Amino acid sequence: MNGLKVLSAGPLMSVQDMGRPGLLERGISQGGAADVLALAEGAGLLSQGAGLAALEMGGIGGTFEAVGTLRIALTGAPMTATLDGVALTWNASHLVEAGQKLVIGAARRGVYGYLHLGGGIDTDRFLGSRAAHLTGGIGQAVTEGDLLPAGQDAQREIGLGLEVEDRFSGGALRIVKSFQSSLFADDVLARFGDTQFNRGVRANRMGVEMVSDGEGFSAAGQLNILSEVIVPGDVQMTGDGKPFVLLRECQTTGGYPRIGTVLPCDLARVAQSGNGAALQFDWVSLEEGLAIQAKHDAFVKSLPGQCQPLIRDPLDMADLLSYQLVGGAVSANADPFENGENT
Amino acid sequence: MGVQESSNFPVIRTVGLQGLLVTFADKLSEPSNRAALAFQGALEQGLMTGVIETSTSLASVFVRFDPSELSHDVLREQLQGLLADRDWYAAPLPEGRRFWRVPTVYGTDLAPQLAEAADAAGMTEAQAIDSLGSARVRVLTIGFAASQPYLGTLGEEWDLPRQTELTPMVPQGALVQAIRQFVLFTAPAPTGWRHVGQTGMRLFRPEMEDPFALRAGDELIFEPVARADFLRLREDDPLNGGATVSEIAS
Repeated sequence: MNGLKVLSAGPLMSVQDMGRPGLLERGISQGGAADVLALAEGAGLLSQGAGLAALEMGGIGGTFEAVGTLRIALTGAPMTATLDGVALTWNASHLVEAGQKLVIGAARRGVYGYLHLGGGIDTDRFLGSRAAHLTGGIGQAVTEGDLLPAGQDAQREIGLGLEVEDRFSGGALRIVKSFQSSLFADDVLARFGDTQFNRGVRANRMGVEMVSDGEGFSAAGQLNILSEVIVPGDVQMTGDGKPFVLLRECQTTGGYPRIGTVLPCDLARVAQSGNGAALQFDWVSLEEGLAIQAKHDAFVKSLPGQCQPLIRDPLDMADLLSYQLVGGAVSANADPFENGENT
Repeated sequence: MGVQESSNFPVIRTVGLQGLLVTFADKLSEPSNRAALAFQGALEQGLMTGVIETSTSLASVFVRFDPSELSHDVLREQLQGLLADRDWYAAPLPEGRRFWRVPTVYGTDLAPQLAEAADAAGMTEAQAIDSLGSARVRVLTIGFAASQPYLGTLGEEWDLPRQTELTPMVPQGALVQAIRQFVLFTAPAPTGWRHVGQTGMRLFRPEMEDPFALRAGDELIFEPVARADFLRLREDDPLNGGATVSEIAS
């Protein structure tokens, strides 16, 4: 079976896909990749479905040896990457021959990097998904000695690259009011939007702490609110009024009040903001939020068409002869959405 | 006039971009919890295109949907129509519910906050065990973690506030108490509720065909057993710790 043997692994490495929708009633949040845009980018670069699983690497990657010949793609937080010692371009697809050694190092910006295999990572599904949901007791971290099996790879195209907008350095998060926003006084809501935050040190796949100077953001009757449903993007205020932005692997219910909900399309920016990154919240109306999200969804659908053959600068190529200079030319015009191969 | 009859409820509000929440009361009550369970049951009978999932919380029903397929206005209108269809507060409980008898150690080193909770409720430890160990409670909702139930409703004397400080960690199967409810823990976790009892229930069993032990509406009694008996039951039955289950006739 083709795949990648894990020779060494960083501490926060797991198989992720789009997660498990539909299990809120059983107490399991959808989970899946912390940065689902990175999943879509990898799928575009490999001309395959965005529902396939990839390897998520928090902060640092690992060392892998190819079993059989594979196509790979690298997306998300840019990390140093080499194949048998030769630097690999991030946000691009590459060919890996049997026995070659892939080394992925620390993130240069952002938090979560993704390693995609042609055909996806073909581990067993549980409740419809291959995603580890460690806080929910599903699956395990990927560790040294594991084999990441590749699924059947119907494509051959490699050497595609993608221009990616920076979502790894903080910035503005669009937020809509939600059902508990009215528990917060108007001046607290306004001050929340005017405040400059930094990502705190308490952050994981469940949520990310936001720290700021000055007083916290408390709701009226904060301590006797009935536990209610939580959705990813909810900004929860803990007892001392400190905000946490909840991510896809959050708990399904909670008693702390939520001031609003960050748009799904801005959650990758939350997850990918490194320690100390500057962030702020921009209130938008429901109508504005829906329009922004619809535009983002259309953009994600257009990703495969935006993948272009890598233009390589020969000065950057340490070993020119080792490159497959024509590899990217095989079917650069393929559009997986058009020919139905993305389903 | 009860809160559930207040003119403010039921109310429909947005949850982020992609959800609506139908809330039957802002306090936990039997009628509002039954209304939530019954309303969700009716919704599931005829799911509209674009609805991704529904779930209940203590007194609310959450509907997650895809606004590109189903607009907020259309869904809201349909939910309003269904709300007006009948008196949801008078709805019966769902069918197919089960009754669990769960052997439980109260107090000892296995559940070290019984004494503190009994004191706060104005009882001796023996009285507290009698009271908690004879209460037949219902799964009001599943939430926070996989298959983890909020159970109630206990008597007024158990309307104890959450602790100000978190208990750093309670084990799997811990029975914790606050605000007239129990929570039975799926997995080790920190909690602001008091650890009054310990059971051998494993609520989430990923290796089994049906991995979820409990459903909303199921009923349970946490029957007191001696520490030594509990340890033997847990060893003999690592899945349920000696708990037995039967169908509730509807």
